[in-house]
Amino acid sequence: MKGKVWKFGDDVDTDIIIPGRYLVLRDEKELAACVMEGCDPDFSKKVSEGDIIVAGKNFGCGSSREHAPIAIKGAGVAAVVAESFARIFYRNSINIGLPLIEAKDVSKHVSEGDIIEIDVDGGVLKDLDTEEEFEIKPLPEFMLGIMNEGGLINYLKNHIGDIKG
Amino acid sequence: MGMTMAEKILAKASDKNFVKAGDIVMANIDVAMTHDLTGPLSVESFEKIGVDNVWDPEKIVVIFDHQVPADSLDAVNNHMIMRKFVEEQNINNFYDVREGVCHQVLPEKGHVVPGEVIVGTDSHTCTHGALGAFSTGIGSTDMAMVFATGKLWFKIPETIKFDITGKLQENVFAKDVVLNIIGKVGADGATYKACEFGGETTSAMTISDRMVMCNMAIEMGGKTGLVEPDQKTINYLGGRTTKNYEIMKTDKDAESLETIHIDINQLEPQIACPHNVDNVKPVSEVEGTHIDQIFLGSCTNGRISDLRTAAKIMKGKDVAKGVRMLVIPASREVYTKALDEGLLRTFVDAGALVCNPCCGPCLGGHVGLVGPGEVSLSTSNRNFKGRQGSPEAEVYLSSAAVAAASAVTGRITDPR
Repeated sequence: MKGKVWKFGDDVDTDIIIPGRYLVLRDEKELAACVMEGCDPDFSKKVSEGDIIVAGKNFGCGSSREHAPIAIKGAGVAAVVAESFARIFYRNSINIGLPLIEAKDVSKHVSEGDIIEIDVDGGVLKDLDTEEEFEIKPLPEFMLGIMNEGGLINYLKNHIGDIKG
Repeated sequence: MGMTMAEKILAKASDKNFVKAGDIVMANIDVAMTHDLTGPLSVESFEKIGVDNVWDPEKIVVIFDHQVPADSLDAVNNHMIMRKFVEEQNINNFYDVREGVCHQVLPEKGHVVPGEVIVGTDSHTCTHGALGAFSTGIGSTDMAMVFATGKLWFKIPETIKFDITGKLQENVFAKDVVLNIIGKVGADGATYKACEFGGETTSAMTISDRMVMCNMAIEMGGKTGLVEPDQKTINYLGGRTTKNYEIMKTDKDAESLETIHIDINQLEPQIACPHNVDNVKPVSEVEGTHIDQIFLGSCTNGRISDLRTAAKIMKGKDVAKGVRMLVIPASREVYTKALDEGLLRTFVDAGALVCNPCCGPCLGGHVGLVGPGEVSLSTSNRNFKGRQGSPEAEVYLSSAAVAAASAVTGRITDPR
């Protein structure tokens, strides 16, 4: 996966990602039109398919609203890279198949507009503009299973018999 | 080796004798709660799985609180989706627009008991740990899995035990204690951890106070808040629930346990300043800040004790000129008590608006929004940029006492 970087800071909360007044919406494209409106009202117009969000610590803190990762995914963002993620956002993203990449100190070194390349299997993120490389924290095996099957709904379709027992 | 409360509850729910932090378990869910705003996405996801019926309609609770009464066609459409789901799936535990905020209604109606696992599609589901349940917020797709299977996977969390000692000064409350803690540990200081509140101060707290503490656990990243059940818990549950329950407590030799000591003897009222809940300052540092709107309510501080505290301060006084105040009791039970005790009369006489039980401005999408450049003082739990309307507005968080004292002066005021 390779894409252009959009930078955000620490503690990007779910009200920044998708403000409460839009939670009546459910359609991915409608939600995407308001994504990140809390800090950049024009973000949805600027972002292109395949771009990558890079942020600091505690990305996605706050609400359990799944509208947040849906809006990001709907805007065409290929992955969110951050130093750490808030836990509900983390689960929600994996469940809907939005790749999350955890890498130490990444937001301190990568700049907006840089092109980064992410090799999930190799566990490396590379900034192609600076040649700098970052180690990726691997996804827990159980979550990797969900991600590889395209999210929790597909996972359930395949395994519901085993889960119900 | 011992276990924490969180470990014991999750071990029991996953039919194991022993679990430790870091283990991944598939737990049986005792209560699955959803509301009008995140419910429709949960239903949509559930329908995609291809299962006809939910696993157990008696364990599902649906509560309308975020947009009640409906303020738009989108909102009423969401309500209709949920009413249809409730009817099709034979869900009896359904509280339509009249009952109040989910985290107040769920315990009031006896759905919360110690030792159970509760999930809700709302991040403040962690409130219910105040009664000794493992209770946590989840997303809509996780809820779809629960609807279909009655199970959800969990990584067993480590526990931070806040050992709180000291006696609160007059007009200093649980809200001030928990804001102080969040300011100390930070917005991600307890990420993925169970936040257990203990010590003599917690023991002395009412159940409402303990709900305030646990409600705010998510604001430091916690997976759940927890308080060890005691006689107060048992008294609260009496007459509210018919469920059997088991009280579990943290063992002293539990391994995944970090203890943080907090002394609150000298604590003054605390204020969370814009735009993060961990940006906490003592009231003396922000006293005098101009306010445009006051919101007294929410799942944090919309209970009868909060309304009593505020009414006592505001009795016979007026809301300051140019300031608007919204009072929103957290539930119908709270509303009727406040009505009987004359508290609502006090607020209306003072010039406040009293609204029907709902989430109000806390959601920033229903009633009482704040505009660009305006300042809100709120007893709710989040002050994120744009939380109560305009991203150019500022939101300060406080106890009900600070809110009431400030309503009268029009500036942030120490209630002592």
